[in-house]
Amino acid sequence: MTKPLLSIRNLHIQGRQDAGWQPIINGVNLDLNKGEVLGLIGESGAGKSTLGLAAMGYCRDGTRISQGTVTFDGMELLSLPERRRRRLRGARIAYVAQSAAAYFNPAHTLMKQFTEAPVDIHHIESQADAERHGRELYAQLRLPNPAEIGFRYPHQVSGGQLQRAMTAMAMACKPDLIIFDEPTTALDVTTQIEVLAAIRDAVRDIGTAAIYITHDLAVVAQMADRIKVLLRGDEIEEQPTRDMLANPQEEYSKSLWAVRQFRSEPNPEPAADECPVLRVAGISAEYVRDQPVLRNVSFDIHKGRTIAVVGESGSGKSTAARVITGLLPASKGRIELNGNVLPERLAQRSKDQLRQMQMIYQMADTALNPKQTIREIIGRPIQFYLGLRGRERDEKVRDLLTSIEMEPDRFIDRLPGELSGGQKQRIGIARALAAEPQFIICDEVTSALDQLVAEDILRLLKRLQNERGLAYMFITHDLATVRAIADHVVVMQNGEVMEQGSRDQMFTPPHHPYTKLLLSSVAEMDPDWLDHTLEQRKKAQTDVDN
Amino acid sequence: MKLRDLKSAPPTAWFGIVVIFAYAVVAIFAGQLAPFSQTTIVGMEFEPRSAEYLLGTDNLGRDLLSRMIWGARNSVGIALATTAIAFSLGAGLGLLAAVLGGWADQLLSRLIDMLIAIPSLLFALLLLSIFGTGITILIIVIAVLEMTRVFRLARAVAMDVVVMDFVEAARLRGEGLVWVIRREILPNIMAPLVAEFGLRFCFVFLAVSALSFLGLGIQPPTADWGSMVRDNAALITFGDITPLLPAAAIALLTVAINFVVDWMLHRTSGLRD
Repeated sequence: MTKPLLSIRNLHIQGRQDAGWQPIINGVNLDLNKGEVLGLIGESGAGKSTLGLAAMGYCRDGTRISQGTVTFDGMELLSLPERRRRRLRGARIAYVAQSAAAYFNPAHTLMKQFTEAPVDIHHIESQADAERHGRELYAQLRLPNPAEIGFRYPHQVSGGQLQRAMTAMAMACKPDLIIFDEPTTALDVTTQIEVLAAIRDAVRDIGTAAIYITHDLAVVAQMADRIKVLLRGDEIEEQPTRDMLANPQEEYSKSLWAVRQFRSEPNPEPAADECPVLRVAGISAEYVRDQPVLRNVSFDIHKGRTIAVVGESGSGKSTAARVITGLLPASKGRIELNGNVLPERLAQRSKDQLRQMQMIYQMADTALNPKQTIREIIGRPIQFYLGLRGRERDEKVRDLLTSIEMEPDRFIDRLPGELSGGQKQRIGIARALAAEPQFIICDEVTSALDQLVAEDILRLLKRLQNERGLAYMFITHDLATVRAIADHVVVMQNGEVMEQGSRDQMFTPPHHPYTKLLLSSVAEMDPDWLDHTLEQRKKAQTDVDN
Repeated sequence: MKLRDLKSAPPTAWFGIVVIFAYAVVAIFAGQLAPFSQTTIVGMEFEPRSAEYLLGTDNLGRDLLSRMIWGARNSVGIALATTAIAFSLGAGLGLLAAVLGGWADQLLSRLIDMLIAIPSLLFALLLLSIFGTGITILIIVIAVLEMTRVFRLARAVAMDVVVMDFVEAARLRGEGLVWVIRREILPNIMAPLVAEFGLRFCFVFLAVSALSFLGLGIQPPTADWGSMVRDNAALITFGDITPLLPAAAIALLTVAINFVVDWMLHRTSGLRD
């Protein structure tokens, strides 16, 4: 039996909290052979990134490795002096981070940063050799114009290209092990597929081993030979990818797999003559004169129904919400609330018009004032719109907390900082409900949450909709969410509506070409999905060429 | 601030708190503590230290200890009033500029830039020689000059908060400007503002003392630490440290305040060690 390239034994990592040490990783074992890809999966706080960094013999400030061994190619990393470890990093073990934009130095070109490791730090190549090698890697990772892209600065390339440039940087010294920490999470689905394919092929070609960290099962299914599931610092199980997908053993793994199955009952189609709660009629809008970011957008939202506005970043879906709420006045078109035209600007709208329309935000962290208690956050709209004070107001806050499944006595006097991500999002929902609105805009409400938590939030929203007859506008880039909850889907690209229709229409062919691209880019649990999709696209392309 | 936090304060912070408290007591009870009035001539000029005049007498024969004690009320009181005005003005305008944005922000910021561009001591001298040298005018002139720094800080930290979703949520709710500033933004920028208050207080103190030393600040016969240094400066040539005592009083308070501010900054920014 050959010795594994990386072997982690009984690793314990602790993080400093107040005066004591809290466990982050509790005795995890891990083996990785040469050329093998291991997927690490789990919710946020599971210790995936901490474990990934520990594989380089590194731990973040405020954490410490309290026990265990990390053996890389026969060397015990934890007992090596820091100087020796530094010589390994970048040369034999490399790291690719989630947001490439934050890791590149904006003042240097891509090529200069590429050559830094092999030339200036590890002295294994001459500048000219390193640059030639860089161009090869750029080509291998399918970056456009590989001969010249190295002359660009980080802000001059797109997010997906930057992520690939970072992967190229990690491969610069032909490392034996690369750690990918959520490399495609911040990307749009259509970009993600290209980056995934590029990374996978490059890893295969240079025969490096990799640890691939992600919370997205479908992604890890494409990339990894084996999958390890983590939960709060404990290993749940580890299996080869195909076995894991077909037959997860542990309850927790099964629950992760089941998440994507949630489907709401579709709401009945509205009567043809029913007046919509909100009508968006031919809206155009611009931030800079004569550069419209929205062009002639129209859709209706009916009582008790959910409309999903889907598109990639930059498609104008968030701008549409800004126009509806009055933050950005439209340059053309109008918005009607229950058949009455709404004034364009926020300041001109009446208190009752404002009350009817509420918003729930993507980042619950920034959506709640950290200095106000839950009582104040939920109580304020009640006081402001309904004029209730004192005991009456508190009664209402308690009712709302109960309806979002949080115990009033436990939570009413807490600050947002004392809540988990999912709980914060629930408070955001309660604040919107406190105004007793007819219509709520949900701006990517689940995309910052773990899958299990996100599903709970979707179920809650669905129940509240049934109870109160709310109309929702879901802004999202996640087609799984759309499939779970939408009655009506609006697909946007470059500020225009490409296609709209009921959920069933959208998910059954024939598709509009852009919808088809979006749909086919959503990763599926099938490990062969990436190959199939790429093959189909290639075939479609050759068909067009012929 | 909670009592629990006070207990865990480092010794330097404790030292600062005790000194500030002592100064406050002296300033408030000056009338009871001082053995003589601040203006009465009680003896000969420059009498040495004795049982009767613990610190000797000054250039006109007034008791120096009494003047030191009264000086605490005058100098510290004026500095406190000035800092308070500078803060109300600067923080108010800074928040307004951050929340309103657009041309209002441009207008306010450029006006403040203009004020900052003029060397402040020269500007103060100019204004004081135009408007005369009353205590009220002194307070207003220094407050306006110090306000510019507070404006910049308040605007900068408020800008970070204004872009938060909870501020947008308050606006979408239809909340007025006053609510947004007072309830949504101000609580989130209190920490840096309070820290800045301590530092600004020191600078105001030094500015008042400097102007008094130049004869344009607090006018005789009112006791003030700045002018007391000047009045008794001649003694230095005889190797007597008496004129340094009021200067030391200023220095001690400045150091004490900075210790407390340091501690508060550390606490709010979550820094350890």
